[in-house]
Amino acid sequence: MTGAQMVIEALKREKVEVIFGYPGGAVIDIYDELYKTPEIKHVLVRHEQGATHAADGYARSTGKVGVVLVTSGPGSTNTVTGIATAYMDSIPIVVFTGQVPTKLIGNDAFQEVDTTGITRPITKHNFLVKRIEDLPRILKAAFYIASTGRPGPVVVDLPKDIQQAKGEFDYPEEISLRSYNPVYDPHIKQVEKAYSLLEQAERPVLLLGGGVISSGASNEAIRLAETLNLPVTMTLMGLGSFPGDHEQSLGMLGMHGTYYANMAVANCDVLLAVGARFDDRVTGKVDAFAPGAKIIHIDIDPASIQKNVKVHVPIVGDCKRALTCLLNIIKNAGKPKKYWKERFKDWWEQIEIWRKRYPLSYKNDPNYIKPQFVIEKLYELTKGEAIIATEVGQNQMWTAQYYKFKYPRTLITSGGLGTMGFGFPAAIGAKMGNPDKLVIDIAGDGSIQMNIQELATAMEQRLPIKIIILNNGYLGMVRQWQELFYGKRYSHVKFHVLPDFVKLAEAYGAAGMKITKPQEVEPALKKILSMDTLAILDVHIAPEEDVFPMVPAGKATTEMILV
Amino acid sequence: MEEKRHTLSVLVENTPGALARIAGLFSGRGFNIDSLCVAETLDPTLSHLTLVTHGDEFIIEQIIKQLRRLIDVYKVVNVTEEKDYVEREMALIKVRAEKDYREEIFRICEIFRCKIVDVSPRSYIIEVTGDREKLQAVIELLKPIGIKEIARTGIIAMRREKKSS
Repeated sequence: MTGAQMVIEALKREKVEVIFGYPGGAVIDIYDELYKTPEIKHVLVRHEQGATHAADGYARSTGKVGVVLVTSGPGSTNTVTGIATAYMDSIPIVVFTGQVPTKLIGNDAFQEVDTTGITRPITKHNFLVKRIEDLPRILKAAFYIASTGRPGPVVVDLPKDIQQAKGEFDYPEEISLRSYNPVYDPHIKQVEKAYSLLEQAERPVLLLGGGVISSGASNEAIRLAETLNLPVTMTLMGLGSFPGDHEQSLGMLGMHGTYYANMAVANCDVLLAVGARFDDRVTGKVDAFAPGAKIIHIDIDPASIQKNVKVHVPIVGDCKRALTCLLNIIKNAGKPKKYWKERFKDWWEQIEIWRKRYPLSYKNDPNYIKPQFVIEKLYELTKGEAIIATEVGQNQMWTAQYYKFKYPRTLITSGGLGTMGFGFPAAIGAKMGNPDKLVIDIAGDGSIQMNIQELATAMEQRLPIKIIILNNGYLGMVRQWQELFYGKRYSHVKFHVLPDFVKLAEAYGAAGMKITKPQEVEPALKKILSMDTLAILDVHIAPEEDVFPMVPAGKATTEMILV
Repeated sequence: MEEKRHTLSVLVENTPGALARIAGLFSGRGFNIDSLCVAETLDPTLSHLTLVTHGDEFIIEQIIKQLRRLIDVYKVVNVTEEKDYVEREMALIKVRAEKDYREEIFRICEIFRCKIVDVSPRSYIIEVTGDREKLQAVIELLKPIGIKEIARTGIIAMRREKKSS
């Protein structure tokens, strides 16, 4: 069997149904095999960055490994942003890159680049295959490493002569790596300690992060919150792990989190953080973050624990198993729900005061469409059942605030790296993985242009994705910072030329609509949602609308700018 | 918080890229490498790395955790924390050896049990082995005589066996 055949065979063994790629000289051999393999669907993108984001969106929305195939040199470097995006959010993808023949490596050959060197700091692991004998094991290891422990991207760099070389395809069913042994089972003593902290707590808060979603621990998190009557807040990556419309949900915390979530965390005495890594956008000024709290931190990655904040009870393990273990301890302790309800009654009263004092709010304006209103309406019309991808910036934060994500894997957003241009290709991947679900990309006029070329990809695949552009003619989030912290010096954030997005949609054979008035929002949304084709809704919003609340960078989360 | 010097003993898979990954981890996360020494072990598939770094206890904890997170890293031991360990470094020092100074050089070598491994009309190469303090002492004493060149191996370290009764 040739190396190229081995790659395809491994994809089959790993039950890969779809891959995202772009051919080139250094991967022709694999593409030749793909030609003979109709059972693996290949999505031809228009730029390799789009392929990586699409694979990422596929992985985020399905929980399966996303797969990318690109050529050497520029094909490989174009995937870098996508790989870094997946790395920062711990998303399992495997990226196959072509490479020049082994004897030319290091020669500055045509379309040669040191792919493993470039991707080393942004992958969980990477491989350069130098001997055909190693290939089957590396292929297995790539999928294994990407999808286990704390998931992440893996790059496999495949020199052209390796693709052509013949060898024995001895694909291991299982693999174990002596230097890689993720800990799944939590230390029971630690979980007992966590319980005793919760038992003594007066003002507890449950903080859920992306780890809850990747480990499939939502049900456990909900049961825990409901049993103990805990207030729940989520990081951006954790949205959907707990229903946003649940009365115990305080929504998102952090820089653009709700007033009540930030106040609850700032005043809690026990903070149970699950699968969250205390990013600076969550903590604000670290010294002032949950200053009076004992922190319990459950995470599969020991390096996440105690990285940014001091943790009193570290629990290394899979979120689902740790929460299950905690639920068992709670069950054995035998305190009824009523007890917990009574116990945290005063705390809840305080939270309700905060909730009433500063709910999420905005002022409608008869002359301008407010972006928050668009998201609220969208939530209403989709009943919270859609998969929503976002770009990065204001559009992302308004979505996080006003779309009450009800289920895990329904918000597809670049949290860690904050990659503009992520949302639309990610929506393509999400739609490929969830053909029966409504998939919507909420974009800004800046970020949509960063991977606009993928319109052709989506049309080719006949994907009826909806793109809602919250168009303010600005790089809105930067403009907001300039307004608030840089004396309104709007340095190079105004787009003086924007394409006519309606015509642009039509040029690709998609549908396009533009609206400018508040009363048009609902009918226009209804219209595009009812279409069975890809549609762009260009929503001209109030140009200088800000995202509030906002915690200025480096300030305590209680120092919010509210309106 | 107090910054301290730590010696880490790291076993890694003997694969291309493993060392680059470790070096990249230190530069990418802003950790310090004071010295680094790499060599093979009895098992040819594993390399042994002795790495000296410094930082407060949180930074050292992060360094160790981040190292363990690398797929190629098999084992990390903070030797400094073990307390009972042996540390050695070797240096080759090329020193000016004009006639007037030779006596002094011999004396220093004798006191510190150094070896003169190369002799030329105008300079000697001295081999010295010991802990950091000893090497530093020798270097300080030879400086006034005139050091032309120094090559140091970086520190290697090993835990002592427990002296059980």
